Amino acid sequence: MGRNRGKLARAANLLALLGVLILSGCATSQPEIPAMRPVSEYVKPEVTYPIDIYDPLEGFNRGMYRFNFYFDKYLFLPVTNTYEAITPDPVEDGVTNFFANIRQLYTLANCLLQLKPECTGDTAGRIIVNTTFGIGGLWDPATTLGIRRHKEDFGQTLGHYGVGNGPYLVLPILGPSNLRDTTGLVADTAAFTLLDPFNFEQNEELGMAYVGLNAVDARHRVEFRYYETGSPFEYELVRLLYTRYRQMEIEK
Amino acid sequence: MLRMYKGRAATAARTDRGGLLEIQWLWLLLLLTVFLLLPAPVKAYDYPLQNAYAATIIGTPSDLKAELPKKIREKHFKLAPLEGKEIPKLFWYQQAFRYSLAYQKEQAPLIFIIAGTGASYKSPKMQTLKRAFFQAGFHVVCLTSPTIENFIVTASSSGMPGNIQDDAVDLYRVMSRIWGDIQKRVEVSDFFLTGYSLGGAQAAFISKLDEERQLFNFRKVLMINPPLSLYSSVRIFDEMLEENIPGGPDNFSSFFEEVMAKFSEVYKESDWLTFNNDFLYRVYEKNEPTDSNMMALIGIAFRVSAANMIFTADALNNAGYILPKDLKLSSTDSTTDYAKVAFRTSFLDYFDELFFPFFQSREPDLSRQELIERQSLASIEPYLVQAEKIGMFHNADDLILAPGELQYLTRVLGPRAKVYPYGGHCGNIDHRQNVADMIEFFLQ
Repeated sequence: MGRNRGKLARAANLLALLGVLILSGCATSQPEIPAMRPVSEYVKPEVTYPIDIYDPLEGFNRGMYRFNFYFDKYLFLPVTNTYEAITPDPVEDGVTNFFANIRQLYTLANCLLQLKPECTGDTAGRIIVNTTFGIGGLWDPATTLGIRRHKEDFGQTLGHYGVGNGPYLVLPILGPSNLRDTTGLVADTAAFTLLDPFNFEQNEELGMAYVGLNAVDARHRVEFRYYETGSPFEYELVRLLYTRYRQMEIEK
Repeated sequence: MLRMYKGRAATAARTDRGGLLEIQWLWLLLLLTVFLLLPAPVKAYDYPLQNAYAATIIGTPSDLKAELPKKIREKHFKLAPLEGKEIPKLFWYQQAFRYSLAYQKEQAPLIFIIAGTGASYKSPKMQTLKRAFFQAGFHVVCLTSPTIENFIVTASSSGMPGNIQDDAVDLYRVMSRIWGDIQKRVEVSDFFLTGYSLGGAQAAFISKLDEERQLFNFRKVLMINPPLSLYSSVRIFDEMLEENIPGGPDNFSSFFEEVMAKFSEVYKESDWLTFNNDFLYRVYEKNEPTDSNMMALIGIAFRVSAANMIFTADALNNAGYILPKDLKLSSTDSTTDYAKVAFRTSFLDYFDELFFPFFQSREPDLSRQELIERQSLASIEPYLVQAEKIGMFHNADDLILAPGELQYLTRVLGPRAKVYPYGGHCGNIDHRQNVADMIEFFLQ
């Protein structure tokens, strides 16, 4: 008993010491000298800053942003570069058209949900023309015919009916999003999986190939490279642009 | 030429004793020959935007752009950071200096291109220049501006960008290291050099440096829309922002919302799903923004570049300017508040509060005025006057020049200066006429 108490006391002392060390560690990392242009003086509470986007999970998001950089660097980009190197340009374009045609299904569903007749008509027309004359969507004769392309997803539908952004989120691999758009993404994906137009349920390998090629095509289409904008505020700028761009898409 | 043919025609008329009619026919025939022999008639310069602010923002509408190859033979390379340079944790992702090389399979001239303020080797203007020179048969090396984070962190010896002489030395070092790395890969006949905006002015300083060091012996050097005095040019941009946000910089948010609303309006009704020059042109045509609105936009773009540069220099030197001294930020710490301060810091604030004290501590006798004068092409006027290899393309309505500065430059450079009537600041850089003229300048 006595020995135990001694042990406890020693453990308590150790904890206390650890606490002091941690606290003093914090103390020394606190800035001693304020900056010449301190935040306290130059950032005014009464001023609205467009760069402020609701981001309560910023620490997590920045970690995910960093993860995405590494994922890009060590897997996504090498695979995409290999794909670009071995695939002739017309084939690359065919793949892009094919997935674009499938994404038009999402657009069609969400045009309907938002009760937009013009968008619904155009998109249905595009899908029919491209799937038939464009041979399964590998070509894009609808654009040549001048049928307007729209882009709608369930995140936009939610926004259309007044759902706000919610907290900003950086998703693994997919990158910038927010709670509303992530919900939309989950719904769109779930609908596609339920409808299963290619019968992936019976043919898992084909499903895997579809997901893989879709991802590579998506990376192939996006020029963005992490940490190459030349700005130390890249995280903030991407967050602002994403949010504003989605707002414009919702208003369209 | 015309006069010469007229002379011959007159001689022919005198010697011909035949009828008047024949003489007239001959006369007509000669005129026709003259017409056919003359080089294609010089078409009027058809860059469409005669408003300098609009030109600067919109650039060249796609139907007037030079036709350039979409895919070119190129590779991206890295240089290790300068030796002994400590990279703060905040810049953990800046591990190497990045550049690109577009290369020919056979022996060819090599051209270095230097990007303008706030632009990387991959920026849209660099893409245009790279493709144009590659198409014309050059090897092309694209270099990030010394004002960009990647350059400041990995390749700048002082980490305090904007000093054009130091930046030229840093660029020269980068260029010679690149040449060391790529000479096994490419066969080079001659070296050429160009740059736009600040990169243009830097090209002239590098050319002067090369006369001493003689590593490249550039055959020709072209400055595209360079500033004369860096200080004077940044003051113009600073003022564009500060004087054109309705209600002052504290009211930036409502101005921003207004601009976004105008963009959104055009986006909503247009066929476009992407943003490019044509989209901007449409916004411009539809809204007919005032000069003041456009100045504010240009000022904002410049301010973002300046803020990026200033914060990087501050953090890299642990200068305690915006980021408190000795504060070590990790990769998950927010920098949003520092961004807000940086966006409220003008280039001239930086000049007076960080840049000048930094260089004065190295050279106690240095005066502010002297430092300003060193950042001007006028400081190398004797070299510019005699260096036949250096040429300049500029625009009569370029915003970065104060009154009288273009006249000074054309006087110093004489026939080596070419001035287009329109284009604002670099708005016409990818116009087909400009691209053709650039190639011609180097191939002459």
